[in-house]
Amino acid sequence: MSSTPLHQLERVVIRFAGDSGDGMQLTGDRFTSDTAALGNDLSTLPNFPAEIRAPQGTLPGVSSFQVHFADHEIATPGDAPDVLVAMNPAALKANLPDLPRGATVIANSDEFTKRNLAKVGYAGSPLEDDSLADAGYHVHALPLTSMTVEALAEFDSLTRKEKERAKNMLALGLLSWLYSRDTESTEAFLRAKFSGAPEILDANLTALRTGHAYGETTEDFAVRYQVAPAPMAPGTYRTITGNQALALGLVAAAYRTGLPLVLGSYPITPASDVLHQLSALKAHGVTTLQAEDEIAAVGMALGASFGGSLGVTTTSGPGLALKSETIGLAVATELPLLVIDIQRGGPSTGLPTKTEQADLLQALHGRNGESPVAVVAAASPTDCFDAALEATRIATTYRTPVILLSDGYLGNGSEPWQIPGAAGLPDLTVTHTTEPNATDDDGQPVFHPYLRDPETLARPWAVPGTPGLEHRIGGIEKADVTGNISYDPANHDRMVRLRQRKIEAIADSIPPLDVDDPSGQARVLVLGWGSTYGPIAAATRLVRATGAKVARAHLRHLNPLPADLGDVLRRYDRVVLPEMNLGQLALLLRGRYLVDVRSHTAVRGLPFTAGELAQVIHENLMEVRSEEVSA
Amino acid sequence: MSTDLGMPVTGTSGVPAVADGVTQTKKDFTSDQEVRWCPGCGDYAVLAATQSFLPDLGLRRENIVFISGIGCSSRFPYYLDTYGMHSIHGRAPAIATGLATAREDLSVWVVTGDGDALSIGGNHLIHAMRRNVNLTILLFNNKIYGLTKGQYSPTSDVGAVTKSTPAGSVDHPFNPVSLALGSEATFVARTMDSDRKHLTEVLRAAADHRGTSLVEIYQNCPIFNDGAFQLLKDRDEATGRVAHLRAGEPVRIGAEGSDEAKVVARDADGRLQVVPEHEVPDGHTVVVHDPSDPDPTPAFALSRLDDPSMQTVPMGIFRQVDRPTYDDSVREQVAAATAGSRRTDASLDILLRGRDTWTVDGTRPGQVEQTLDGETTEGPTPAAGDALVDEGDEVLEGPQE
Repeated sequence: MSSTPLHQLERVVIRFAGDSGDGMQLTGDRFTSDTAALGNDLSTLPNFPAEIRAPQGTLPGVSSFQVHFADHEIATPGDAPDVLVAMNPAALKANLPDLPRGATVIANSDEFTKRNLAKVGYAGSPLEDDSLADAGYHVHALPLTSMTVEALAEFDSLTRKEKERAKNMLALGLLSWLYSRDTESTEAFLRAKFSGAPEILDANLTALRTGHAYGETTEDFAVRYQVAPAPMAPGTYRTITGNQALALGLVAAAYRTGLPLVLGSYPITPASDVLHQLSALKAHGVTTLQAEDEIAAVGMALGASFGGSLGVTTTSGPGLALKSETIGLAVATELPLLVIDIQRGGPSTGLPTKTEQADLLQALHGRNGESPVAVVAAASPTDCFDAALEATRIATTYRTPVILLSDGYLGNGSEPWQIPGAAGLPDLTVTHTTEPNATDDDGQPVFHPYLRDPETLARPWAVPGTPGLEHRIGGIEKADVTGNISYDPANHDRMVRLRQRKIEAIADSIPPLDVDDPSGQARVLVLGWGSTYGPIAAATRLVRATGAKVARAHLRHLNPLPADLGDVLRRYDRVVLPEMNLGQLALLLRGRYLVDVRSHTAVRGLPFTAGELAQVIHENLMEVRSEEVSA
Repeated sequence: MSTDLGMPVTGTSGVPAVADGVTQTKKDFTSDQEVRWCPGCGDYAVLAATQSFLPDLGLRRENIVFISGIGCSSRFPYYLDTYGMHSIHGRAPAIATGLATAREDLSVWVVTGDGDALSIGGNHLIHAMRRNVNLTILLFNNKIYGLTKGQYSPTSDVGAVTKSTPAGSVDHPFNPVSLALGSEATFVARTMDSDRKHLTEVLRAAADHRGTSLVEIYQNCPIFNDGAFQLLKDRDEATGRVAHLRAGEPVRIGAEGSDEAKVVARDADGRLQVVPEHEVPDGHTVVVHDPSDPDPTPAFALSRLDDPSMQTVPMGIFRQVDRPTYDDSVREQVAAATAGSRRTDASLDILLRGRDTWTVDGTRPGQVEQTLDGETTEGPTPAAGDALVDEGDEVLEGPQE
């Protein structure tokens, strides 16, 4: 073994950055897998351009993957990298602003050619002057490309270009050595992936092992590091991205309802991955239909719902806009429908690969007429699984469209997931209506498609093929009970209010808001929804570590809101609400509860950092304290 | 399509039939709703023909579904005592695609109009036909927007003076049959609201066809475009204008053997000409109609005989060919993947576990034991890309839209 001294660390943030073609997402993903296998808690943040291959070596083409791992529970992918792996000058330049003093830079010196430096406006190589050292960075300039080519010298069938492509595996091997990681799971991954291409498999394994061996033998690194496993609840785990968890949650929901799952979808970043995942799950009875457009996608899902399936459509903001009218039809026809919005930066095409929470008002109100739908939001990558089950429960119980809000950060980010047992998942069994539900004037049994369940106000879900229950539904206003076309003013007023009350009645099935206020004496509440969960959790932890008291609560349900939310908000002197929009939920809460919610907003396409939110909380704590003094 | 060679696969295969001895009548298919079209509207005739014809299919009426969009004709489902959905403008083919794919046991019909199908819903229409979803689409063409009170439609003639084109329409119209053939629809026909016999024959053939059947129905709007098809309804005029499409017969205008009879013939340049049947010019070949021709171009050429002057209007089945349907193919893929296995807690557990797991032992906090399961359980693949020395790594790098 290497005699390099071993230092224990509690946590590390590594960012792998390179050209879009350098395989940084894969490298990060494999490092993550090896890290998970070691038992660290972890959280990841992929960050990549919308262009598939922006011009090589340019700033727009930089792709990065950040992984935060620790010997304790963590909630975010980390505010700033401790280590930057920069595969070219563009990757260095693009990520340098995020790098704190004292950080380590591992750069592929082979790529720091005059031409590549010029592409990003470097006059000289920052690896060869003192600029990085002066900024307080520890720099390791290594010829990763030529080391890879040299290591693969005997692979005659591969071209030089092909050999160069394995440099990400060499970098991975080196980082694995530096952080005392086993490469076993990556080796297994490569074996499975290239089982039909032994030469390519060998080349990748060789590059990986060469990187690891280089660490062993070089004196370039004075120390190597170890991060002990984090204590976790006993169980079986896997790492999972939000989009994977969502796909599994939808399939689990289909199992637990007993309904076939039919997905209608149109490709859109960052939601396409859910379509890919589900289209590979036909063995579980999943039907996926790639539609001609977003409108058709939701139409197909609604058609399937009319037929008694669990109809689902997945999209992102621009797609949700296109689906609006059909969601309105689902409101009017009162059919279950899951609409999943993996939010991205807007407006319009906006920032397709970056995250944002700015579709909340669109989800709640983006339709014509009084058109209430249930809205739920996932809080973390693994929570996407539970959110899918909850959205399904609401849709099938209340016969309503449900919009599930995730976002690009949750969809692509990953973390360890304690795998639940199927038998322990909620029972969502659905029974379609098969018998008449009323009698006519002559005492004959009849079916009234809009006769509601007195408790849930849901109408019956009688599907085509059921004898005796033939009926017609549609977007035109329906008479209460019979479902016949009705233009009667009083009936319309009644129906509008009934649809609204039905959605409000969902609140009866929602547990009280879980408020995290350990001392019970906090005066400031930090409220969040969606993917701000991790940053808010990390920020409150930082603030509490200073001895300050702060409470925290997170909303799963955006419509209806939990029944006790108003009471909770009024219990605190101040409510702080961070959102990755311009204060959309804050607007609603101020309007509904007349509480002076303090909005903190940012729309940078990236999640909040814990440090930023801790500062916001701190400032609010100070203000509340000074108000008290002056009062 | 099913590979079972025993029984012919028709449009209604898989849809439950009524029990032996049970007969259905028009009354069984007539709902209790008051029909509210304008007096004299061609929709009445199509509704009556449909209600009369549906019992002949011998299907359980609870297994028949009519889905419509928006427009006068889209009120159709309310008047039929089957399942139905009066959806939103232009989207009926998409909704019907979802339903037909999810439910093999349903006979799914789409009712639409020229505005609904060809304007706002044009995209869904062409894609339904391209995919060959097992649907029967009744496209009521009255060359006008009726429900919005008289604007020109995508089938209105150039020059049509309407509420929104006081100086005459400058829009070049679609020929719905040409559009359907261009979309590679497997069944394309044209019929007329007032010709009950022909309408019923065409509907029967359309229902029997497995795949998308597009039936254009010329339909008179007595309020906003009255008489649009009068030349084809007037017996004397029609005789010289309607080209009858009958499989295996010459495409003939007028009664066979009559002095006025004309036929469609192909000239030396390959163009279609209408010529007197009793003196077909030299070098011309009489066109014998073959709707089952795998090549859609002869049918397309026939569809181009029609123009706003209605000098020659082919009526009947232009094209009727077999092609695997979208819904059958989708169901076959799912059936092959499930291979008859049922969904159980055990199969869900395997899915949730995936391939790459580790176990935390409760007795020794932090102690982990990794399991690398190389099983071929079909689970989500890691969010990693292809990779390495392969082409095209990083699937995470999404396209822009």
